[in-house]
Amino acid sequence: MSSAAVLTVNDLRVYYDTDAGTVKAVDGVSFDLQPGERLGLVGESGSGKSTLALALMRLHKPPARIAGGEVLLEGTGDVLKLEDGDLRQMRLDQMALIPQGAMNSLNPVMRIRDQLADGIRTHMPNLSRDELRNRIQFQLKRVELPNDVGGKFPHELSGGMKQRVAIAIGTSLSPSVIIADEPTSALDVVVQRQVMETLRSVQKEIGSAVLIVGHDMGLMAQFADHMGVMYAGKLVELAPVKDLFANPQHPYTKLLIESVPTIRAKRSLVGIPGSPPTLINVPPGCPFHPRCPSVFEPCDRDVPETISHDGRLVACHLYEHETA
Amino acid sequence: MTLFLETVNLTKIFSAGIIRRRQTVAVENLTMSIDEDSPTILAIAGESGSGKTTLARLLLGVIAPTSGQVIYRGQSVEELSRKQRREYLREIQPIFQDPFESFNPFYKVDHVLTTPVAKFGLADSKAEADRLIEQALDMVGLQPSETLGRFPHQLSGGQRQRVMVARAMLLRSRLIVADEPVSMVDASLRATILEGIRLMKRDLGISVLYITHDLTTAYQIADNILIMYKGSVVEAGSVEQVIRNPKHPYTQLLVSSIPQPDPEIAWGADGEIAGDPEALDVAATGCKFVDRCPLAFDRCHSDHPPLYREHLSRAAACYLYADSPVLDQDTLNEVFVLDGAPEPEGDPAR
Repeated sequence: MSSAAVLTVNDLRVYYDTDAGTVKAVDGVSFDLQPGERLGLVGESGSGKSTLALALMRLHKPPARIAGGEVLLEGTGDVLKLEDGDLRQMRLDQMALIPQGAMNSLNPVMRIRDQLADGIRTHMPNLSRDELRNRIQFQLKRVELPNDVGGKFPHELSGGMKQRVAIAIGTSLSPSVIIADEPTSALDVVVQRQVMETLRSVQKEIGSAVLIVGHDMGLMAQFADHMGVMYAGKLVELAPVKDLFANPQHPYTKLLIESVPTIRAKRSLVGIPGSPPTLINVPPGCPFHPRCPSVFEPCDRDVPETISHDGRLVACHLYEHETA
Repeated sequence: MTLFLETVNLTKIFSAGIIRRRQTVAVENLTMSIDEDSPTILAIAGESGSGKTTLARLLLGVIAPTSGQVIYRGQSVEELSRKQRREYLREIQPIFQDPFESFNPFYKVDHVLTTPVAKFGLADSKAEADRLIEQALDMVGLQPSETLGRFPHQLSGGQRQRVMVARAMLLRSRLIVADEPVSMVDASLRATILEGIRLMKRDLGISVLYITHDLTTAYQIADNILIMYKGSVVEAGSVEQVIRNPKHPYTQLLVSSIPQPDPEIAWGADGEIAGDPEALDVAATGCKFVDRCPLAFDRCHSDHPPLYREHLSRAAACYLYADSPVLDQDTLNEVFVLDGAPEPEGDPAR
């Protein structure tokens, strides 16, 4: 679409080869990420959202393999075609990951400052000791951690502090794209709010785009400015977050939003009937058709194209006739 | 009114360390009760470290209290005879957070259903046992033919969780202690399981203690709620009062920190977060929340506030409401609404 995008994903496919067959965890996903944009990607477990997030940085592990597509990063080219050395240069410097459950991603026997220094030194080998120390102090301060945290080990920190350390590491080289995989899923609400406020302020300061992956619709509504919905390895809808919540178009998005409880009104709780397909055996046509209340004639036969409709992308036969 | 389960000044202190004993008060002086005649869903909500899971374990008899008592049908749980203890274990059933950990992966799921039938002698014959099991599975919306004979990993998380609910029904339990039953399942399935819990109360008259950190689901399924902070009740009452119109500064902070699934509502618009929400230590005297409270005044540092009943169906342990009558913990149930009863309006009678 737009040429100003900092990240363009075209028809990305990530498959797992298993004994039972090929699992199409990400099956033809395309989207753009504009500079400074906060894109939330939601989906149920097994929808492929975490696989997608990791594959963008080629951090996916076997048996996952990239089966096709492009990941075009501004100034770098296609991430999927990078040589190993260039790939390492790209990571952290231009695209960085804030992992799921940061508490478990820190090295337990290394002081925080050394873990921060590790990434910076790899990319800036000529930095003097003083410059490095100043940089680490600056990073800690930016995520609102006291300076003495640098001398501590991960087990001495609370969950929220560890998550802040992960943000400090991820943003230490001011990457243009930050990928955050359920960054606050294990935290209490008050701490979650603080950590997300920190992530937002750092992201604004350095002007990075953020792709945040998760299943908490409330968190996405509050943090993201655009939101994508994944189902069975496909992106079924992508829209500005306010439009998506006010007027969801894809039947799955509608049901997903209706199934989220709120404290604003008591109502009977409706789930989505049926269960998500196993990705080995995805139903033919639209993968959502066996559960879809609006199913009609072409749905079990043709895979819906992703079309631009009403300022958003949606992959549903209901809207196909509107594109001429 | 028969009191089914009560706690009287229930306290649990965990100690750690050999030389310097470090003590953590997980539950402090908790008095509450659940009666038998009117099934209810009571939510116990709080963040990590609030003592909610410890309370669940105390009620289930998994751990013993440091002081105080859990009283089952008028008798202290520690003094039950063997026969009474069996009844107690049958009538109060747990549902845990991770439905996978409740199963032994080497046994078929039938095992968690056939074992209690045999242990408690619920059926005279194999045929009758099968009939009971199928009936219980039907009630939770599981097809017996698609569930029995399978291994736990062959069922989805929601199905495993529903098997545990079926087990409670099979045992004709009176109370289910559900500790974060939906925190590991997806939104679409969460609604289904919560609706199941609600129907269990409505159709089978089983009471539920719903232990959670998630005020949103608590609001949706519970009649009443206790908000716990560092082992003490800070606010109690109907969910309509406590969650829609919180009075204790801690409850207010919790409610305003919920990310609303609506981008038009700003997150945390109601106030800033003061203090360190992850601090482990609490003030030795006074209100436990005093170090984080934006409204604290002198008295909060010196005295521990009792529960003040500032509304017919709500009490808050906060000196801001010191003009209202004090509510004794053993009459805590007075602020709870009965299911279906209209929400009382106005100030407490005085």
